[in-house]
Amino acid sequence: MKIVIGKGSCGLAAGALKVEKSIREALTGGEGIEVKSAGCVGMCFLEPIVDVYDDGGVKKTYVKVNEDVAREIVKNARGEDNEADKHLLSSDDEEFLTRQTRVALRNCGVIDPEDIDEYIEKGGYEAVRKALEEMTPDQVIDEIKASGLAGRGGAGFPTWFKWRAARQAEGDVKYVICNADEGDPGAFMDRAVIEGDPHSLIEGMIIAAYAIGASEGVVYARAEYPLAIKRLEKALEQAREKGFLGEKFDIYVKAGAGAFVCGEETALIASLEGERGTPRLKPPFPAQKGFWQKPSNINNVETYANVPWIIQNGGGAFSAMGSENSKGTKVFALTGKIKNGGLVEIPMGATIRDVIFGIGAGIKDDRPFKAVQMGGPSGGCIPAELVDTIIDYKEIAATGAIMGSGGMVVMDEATCMVDMARFFLDFTRKESCGKCVHCRIGTKRMLEILTRVTEGRGKDGDIELLESIGKDIKEGSLCGLGQTAPNPVLTTIKYFRHEYEAHIYDKRCTAKHCAALLTFSIENEKCVGCSACAKNCPVGAIDGAPRAPHEIDLEKCVKCRKCVEVCHFDAVSVY
Amino acid sequence: MRAEKREFVCKDKAVDVKLLAPVIAAHKDKKGSLITVLQKAQELYGYLPTDLIYHIALEMRLKPSKVMGVVTFYAQFRTKPVGKYLITLCQGTACHVNGSKEIERAVMEEMGGDSLFTLENVACLGCCSLSPVMMINDETYGSLTKKSVKEIMRGIREREGGDA
Repeated sequence: MKIVIGKGSCGLAAGALKVEKSIREALTGGEGIEVKSAGCVGMCFLEPIVDVYDDGGVKKTYVKVNEDVAREIVKNARGEDNEADKHLLSSDDEEFLTRQTRVALRNCGVIDPEDIDEYIEKGGYEAVRKALEEMTPDQVIDEIKASGLAGRGGAGFPTWFKWRAARQAEGDVKYVICNADEGDPGAFMDRAVIEGDPHSLIEGMIIAAYAIGASEGVVYARAEYPLAIKRLEKALEQAREKGFLGEKFDIYVKAGAGAFVCGEETALIASLEGERGTPRLKPPFPAQKGFWQKPSNINNVETYANVPWIIQNGGGAFSAMGSENSKGTKVFALTGKIKNGGLVEIPMGATIRDVIFGIGAGIKDDRPFKAVQMGGPSGGCIPAELVDTIIDYKEIAATGAIMGSGGMVVMDEATCMVDMARFFLDFTRKESCGKCVHCRIGTKRMLEILTRVTEGRGKDGDIELLESIGKDIKEGSLCGLGQTAPNPVLTTIKYFRHEYEAHIYDKRCTAKHCAALLTFSIENEKCVGCSACAKNCPVGAIDGAPRAPHEIDLEKCVKCRKCVEVCHFDAVSVY
Repeated sequence: MRAEKREFVCKDKAVDVKLLAPVIAAHKDKKGSLITVLQKAQELYGYLPTDLIYHIALEMRLKPSKVMGVVTFYAQFRTKPVGKYLITLCQGTACHVNGSKEIERAVMEEMGGDSLFTLENVACLGCCSLSPVMMINDETYGSLTKKSVKEIMRGIREREGGDA
């Protein structure tokens, strides 16, 4: 019998360590029950999660486990009672997983990421054996070509093409680099893969190295992911012990230092070399002159994690999934105002509706769905009326957003789209490396305009000015950061122009978000005169006799929302 | 000009450069390892004082301007000391949509002028399903509310025995 505790970053944040402690304390040691760890299974809304496997391998999944439930689980495992059954995964919630098709996440949450033997038991490193013993490097590249695998970091460039370019490039030393600098706010797919199944990444990189003829591999990991780095280091050590890595090919980890632009491949290389992470002009492409001026292949984590599966099951099996233009599956991090948020892997060609309303079970508190943001700061907002758009590189790009690395942030009617655009511009303005003038100054000017609009100082012509600066930034920037930075603004103008107009001309925020544009007042019928608002108002703007309706002095009001928060009778209206 | 022969004296008494010697020895001749050295230095001292930056430049045979350039480029590096408890508050998209600005206000209210805590906003911690999220040193706290943030911080302050 085996008890497995989900210990991804999200599980740990939800209290997995306390759960583990309780379980270990409750066990006497004589039951023959083994306690193991696993990565994140992706059902983040149900963390902490504990799986109990009986001797026949039948699994019971307990969700939202706390220390008390943990003790019950142990009793249950001993056959003493079945109190813990109340915390079993419900069949509705189980659909979150059963509706998915898992390729890149095949082992996440299933195996112990710190135990290479569990990976091998699941058929791990079999693809490396097959590639090295039965295939030539060209055959490996052909198989990847047949699979139709495209770069999962966002751009969707065919993987085989990059591999072939690096293979054909002249060079005594070649490098295989993994881009694990997952910088998009709202995305955590790569973290989950590294934390939950680091060996699939390592195996993918070994196969790539064989295909290209590389002798060294580097994983450029985000410094904000300490657990992922720790688990990857441990996995590399185990792979070395087993002889999968060694003299012919080895991998080391380099921790990034926090710069979004380093997700761009030439900037990533500069950072690997210990420099400021600024991009440079392409060509030469990294496949010709990359890390230390040597031919280098750069793919992201999810791309590499797909490779062993493709080699094992054949390119045809991978390309059988997906749409006409995009093959295979894609992992998304479903977050925001969603009921069931977490990691979702689905075949390309499914619709956005399938993800949000099928797997994600709809919007939090059943509020109206407004838009979904895809592709992070480089992407755009797709409005509710396009919810039946299929997930496919071409179709998503046609909306003005991009597939991106897989962030999907769901928004309801309380999200102000102008503020959302401002949020992303604030991000890209900070993260612009400053090399290209249009990006460096243009993003700052756009941010200034957006801030002005959200603060009620918008002017006639601001929308047109934003569009024009946006176009210039796209044309005048060297790298992907600048070329895509205006997207969140341009797509929100495209689909939510009326919100911009309401801010500028009517001085109204329809989502009731932008404080400067709101007016607070107390409804006489609802107010019971409890004076909770008056006591809590930081500027003394509320007055009224006890048990009589109160009133807000709009001259004094600083729009802090304190009165809305403290009112038990929902009597403060905002308009 | 490479100041190879000049001896640089670190005037900052709080910084014992000897601690860094093994790190520099291990990375001195490896090209491209400046970021790694700076990361280790920050682990040791908590931040990168100007004197230390000069010291590293000299030892690594790099121009101080280059080292400073790298330090200021990356968000991870700090040139000012931090409190005992470093609060890294996520301002990612999911956290923003779920009210991280309100949380920031609550953290600042609770911090007051206290040097026990330092607040740092970061772009994304990658725990989006638990938004809003923050980390205090190495521990992650999710699904924050204004109330829970204040409770967490008060808990720490009590453990520290401060009356603040």
